[in-house]
Amino acid sequence: MVGSDYMFKDLFRKPQRYITVRSDAMPQEKGTLWIKCPECGEILYARELEKNLNVCRKCSHHFRLSAPERLAITLDEDSFLELDADLDTVDPLSFPEYKDKLARAQEATGLQDAILTGAGAILGWPVLVGAFEPHFIMGSMGSVVGEKITRLAERAIEKKLPLLLFSASGGARMQEGVFSLMQMAKTCAAIARLNEAGILYISVLTDPTTGGVTASFATLGDIIIAEPGALIGFAGRRVTEQTLKEKLPPDFQTAEFCLKHGLIDLVAPRQDMKPTLARILSLHSDNIERVDN
Amino acid sequence: MAKMLLDFEKPVVELENRIAEIKNYTGEKGIDLGVEIEILEKRALDLKKEIYQNLTPWQRTQLARHVERPNALDYIRMLFTDWLALSGDRFFGDDPAIVGGIGKFEGIPVTVIGQVKGHNTKENLARNFGMTHPEGFRKCLRLVQQAAKFHRPVISFIDTPGAYSGIDAEEGGQAWAIASNLRAFAQVKTPVISVINGEGGSGGAMALGVGDALLMLENAIFSVISPEGCAAILWKDASKAPEAAEAMKMTASELLRLGLIDGIVPEPLGGAHRDPQGSAGALRQELRQVLQALQQVDPETLVELRWKRLRSIGSSK
Ligand SMILES: [Zn+2]
Repeated sequence: MVGSDYMFKDLFRKPQRYITVRSDAMPQEKGTLWIKCPECGEILYARELEKNLNVCRKCSHHFRLSAPERLAITLDEDSFLELDADLDTVDPLSFPEYKDKLARAQEATGLQDAILTGAGAILGWPVLVGAFEPHFIMGSMGSVVGEKITRLAERAIEKKLPLLLFSASGGARMQEGVFSLMQMAKTCAAIARLNEAGILYISVLTDPTTGGVTASFATLGDIIIAEPGALIGFAGRRVTEQTLKEKLPPDFQTAEFCLKHGLIDLVAPRQDMKPTLARILSLHSDNIERVDN
Repeated sequence: MAKMLLDFEKPVVELENRIAEIKNYTGEKGIDLGVEIEILEKRALDLKKEIYQNLTPWQRTQLARHVERPNALDYIRMLFTDWLALSGDRFFGDDPAIVGGIGKFEGIPVTVIGQVKGHNTKENLARNFGMTHPEGFRKCLRLVQQAAKFHRPVISFIDTPGAYSGIDAEEGGQAWAIASNLRAFAQVKTPVISVINGEGGSGGAMALGVGDALLMLENAIFSVISPEGCAAILWKDASKAPEAAEAMKMTASELLRLGLIDGIVPEPLGGAHRDPQGSAGALRQELRQVLQALQQVDPETLVELRWKRLRSIGSSK
């Protein structure tokens, strides 16, 4: 359907804004030369670590990525066009300390809110893509995050292009109260419409994906992929431990635990993620043209 | 008479007890204290009005969680006839924290699903304190899809501290079960009315709350996290729950003002637990009106309107 009249640049009605995706280290680690692996204790040279896609060379621990880092390692060079960058986060409940918290998060991450969305290409395959910023109030989903995901899904329907979302979130954003809960419902309804339109949706769960994000769009992918060792679950580990008053099994709520229990399709190491995504896209490529890469 | 008393209920209940005693006494002795009783009853009413029209969000939270507050089963008994309870998710089990079935509401067959808390410790243990398991959400999904097949309206009752968090719930895909409900309810081609009758706790409450009308009882609450949890995160002090309840805007009147719910069902003075019949009566009126309105709309339009309504929440432009 997209066929001949499809133009990649046609996607954007607003003035185009190319973003050079930076692959800076995580905010708190900026400027550090050496990083200790939290998993095995190995001391890693920061630039080496970055070259290795932020995966520990000794134990394969996958470090968390910022949203720009995620897009940088996933998308073809210079293929990313940010969408809906201008949505303002508001404080609908006048919640204590929220405005300050927002300002600090914006300052630290350089992002407006906890997700970066846009259009891009993976080995030439066009996608509408979103990546959570785990360092922005724990990647929590409030109104702006819900709205950006919904708009991205709507654009995927309109342009008949696949949707790809990388989750890294603590769940619904407490500071926006029931507005946040409603974003769970809204994003799920958007995915329902995507399904009716026959549009592919790939959901990638990365460390951590919990709470209201797991319990909404993130677990509704046609294909669900997780990164090794990622924390994935509904309730926080501490909550569960408190409820049960017992220690939890070591693999509890990990990507591997989810795979074992039939909740996800595959666990893909970071090095394999891009080719895996490209293969999935190529397997759903009827009527979608590759763009130059 | 209530067995469990909240602090702010005490003055009213004490006064009411005294009136009852006097009535009893005068009845036995044949003394006429009619005027005195009238004065006392008037005073009790004024006191109730004063207390219950100025409840804080935390006081409402306590009412919403009151162990004697009518639960879904009580409302089913009072509002529906020909009740047929249905069980199971057809995959794994039957969740006692979720009741479901078919009954008639004023002659119209409807599907009812509801989260149920117990009225005492024994019942609460049996019903897991109203905390839904994945199989409970899947049971809801099954019954809602069944309802759509027969063009039967759905009424859901929401009353849970939250979805259950335990090893088995995670293994069973708790998050997946909730997300599937949110997705399915958004498109089900039959009217869906949700009623938060007690505690609307987080995603577990939201999972039964997508529909054409979201109503709250006057003293019900609805929030993204419990006030205790919110206080623990914000101020590292769960005892500041009353302040958190204030901050989260979790009462019916605040949520209506924010445009997040569609209507408030008034409760009798003193709260639903002091007069379950009165509470059911008010709910009956509201359900009748909403249901009549929704039945005028064809299913396709209904789904489209449902989407537009959800779509507009939190969209900045
Ligand atoms: Zn390591």
